[in-house]
Amino acid sequence: MSFNKLLSLIFLGALLSTSCFSGRQGSGAIKIQGAGSSLINPLMQKWVSEYGNMNSNVRIDYQSIGSGGGIKQVKERTIQFGASDLVMSDADLKSAPGEIIHVPVILGAVVLTYNLEGIDQPLRFSPLVISDIFLGKITTWDDERIKADNPGVPLPSVPLTVVHRSDGSGTSAIFTNYLSKVSPEWKEKVGEGTSPSWPVGLGGKGNEGVTGQVKQTPNTIGYVELAYAVKNKMPVGLIKNKAGNYVVPNFETVTNAAAETIDETPDDLRASITDAAGQSAYPISSYVYVILYKEQTDERIGRTLVDFMKWGINDGQRFAQPLYYSPLPAGMVKRASAKIALITFNGQSLSAN
Amino acid sequence: MSQPDNKTEEARSKGVLTADTIYRALLLGCASLIIVIVLAMLVVIGQGSLLSIREFGFHFLIGSVWDPVKGEFGALPFIYGTVVSSVIAVLIATPLSIGVAVFLVEQAPRSLARPIGFLVELLAAIPSVVYGLWAIFVLAPLLRVYVQPPLQAALGWTPFFKGTATGIGMFTGGLILAIMITPIITAVVRDILEAVPVTQREAALALGATKWETTKIVLANASSGIAGAVILGLGRAIGETMAVTMIIGNRPQISVSLFEPGYTIASVIANEFTEATGDLYLSALVEMGLILFVVTFVVTAVAKLLILSVGRKTRRTA
Repeated sequence: MSFNKLLSLIFLGALLSTSCFSGRQGSGAIKIQGAGSSLINPLMQKWVSEYGNMNSNVRIDYQSIGSGGGIKQVKERTIQFGASDLVMSDADLKSAPGEIIHVPVILGAVVLTYNLEGIDQPLRFSPLVISDIFLGKITTWDDERIKADNPGVPLPSVPLTVVHRSDGSGTSAIFTNYLSKVSPEWKEKVGEGTSPSWPVGLGGKGNEGVTGQVKQTPNTIGYVELAYAVKNKMPVGLIKNKAGNYVVPNFETVTNAAAETIDETPDDLRASITDAAGQSAYPISSYVYVILYKEQTDERIGRTLVDFMKWGINDGQRFAQPLYYSPLPAGMVKRASAKIALITFNGQSLSAN
Repeated sequence: MSQPDNKTEEARSKGVLTADTIYRALLLGCASLIIVIVLAMLVVIGQGSLLSIREFGFHFLIGSVWDPVKGEFGALPFIYGTVVSSVIAVLIATPLSIGVAVFLVEQAPRSLARPIGFLVELLAAIPSVVYGLWAIFVLAPLLRVYVQPPLQAALGWTPFFKGTATGIGMFTGGLILAIMITPIITAVVRDILEAVPVTQREAALALGATKWETTKIVLANASSGIAGAVILGLGRAIGETMAVTMIIGNRPQISVSLFEPGYTIASVIANEFTEATGDLYLSALVEMGLILFVVTFVVTAVAKLLILSVGRKTRRTA
């Protein structure tokens, strides 16, 4: 076979395959790509499969690549929607090629978990104690300040080892956002972000890495998403909230944190609900957002996305609790619905049938 | 026998010629592809890190603060961690691998060498994330309870084994790397030893050499190949990401104590790249990649030089 023949064959093959893949399916299946937050991934996969069962012509793919990655890909328009447990910054919004809206779809919580032998009751922590532990100022479990939070608990005199996330993550961002709010010293020395410079401790990769290190190493304390602590049957700390109550994280207290802050939530729904007021509000809670362009570029995809999100924040909420997420409070469902109604194609609302 | 036709002869030689040229061109293409890939990578990485190089300059290499929140980036703790964990790995893995390979080739009966050789190859195929998880759940607790306390009791007076023994840190990171590169070094060394002609062994034995003396001669003849195998392992150790990340503690600090947590270049890239927002942050991480390139190059070169000089000495004495 001549070289030329071979070349032209390869060329032809390449042409054929690109034309196949780039061809828009006019009336066939609707394919939607989403990516972002790993916090929401288990729920999103459930939603995608349930929604796919009801709408056989729709295929939604969601990739859990991290909130930052989701934001990046939305900005580059490589996906149709992103999910993030962080709100986009003003600078990020400004540099995007179109107006992006945030739609809260579910609530998540970050919890303190620890490995301390001989302690059966859940330990209690006040905000400054947590800050001092993660600043490295509290180094033993029988420190006076931990004792003050836990009267009568026989805390052992052993060194305390901090475990934190080593990979950039929304979980770290929520946790450090909380610490920055409650502790001026934390705010000044460390600040908040997806990969802060931790003053002390061991870094574990991912929720599973932190869970593994806390579970395997005695006398450790770390923070993970609620689901990881519950599923691994690890102890979960009670945290003193703004009202002065020690609150256990569960779907009620996390939803409460959102409900209590609903009046202060701005119009664009970008809100931090850490350190929320309210008697039974769990203080390290956060919305998870779907982020997408207000003006959609494809009518069918836009319409499907609108329908999918409407379903998610209404019917879809019932899948939250079994997966250890917390449903949106009624007031936020209303506001999120109003936000979804703003999504358009060619300036026409996509909400109407 | 009749003379072959002149014309067909000519045609054939012509055909052979073109075939030869194509063959040569193909091979050259394959070889230059490697160079092109490396250059393309260097260009892209260089471009990506320009912003960070301009901002921090040389300070990036000697800075030891890594604080994405405040926008301060220094690479020194990561360079330290990468080099130290890899050196620990090679120091442990090299004698172990040579031992296993010598056993497989020189000592073990066929019935034993086959299955063990197969297992070694199997170990090389295990994904590194599996090694990492195994390290967290099995190796680290084991080290914390049974290895680190006696080590600390015996050698605690040296600066190398100070601090709380948590089972996680530079020591465990180096050890898991050693476990991961052992199969590679072993497999290569075994193949090299097998390539040493049997006649050499027979000659040595005929001269009255013991089994050990024979092995020594075989090893000396295979030394340059063994060195290559070790460098191969070293290269893998430097670039290894997942398993180390899960076990090294991910703390950007320079501590002489091996029980303290450390951090490697590959780990910080894997950890932070997906969530890196901001151009300078991203650029700093890309520059880390550039440094990993340089570190790999320097360490491999130093290792090669070291082995070369040792090789010369042994050849002179032999």
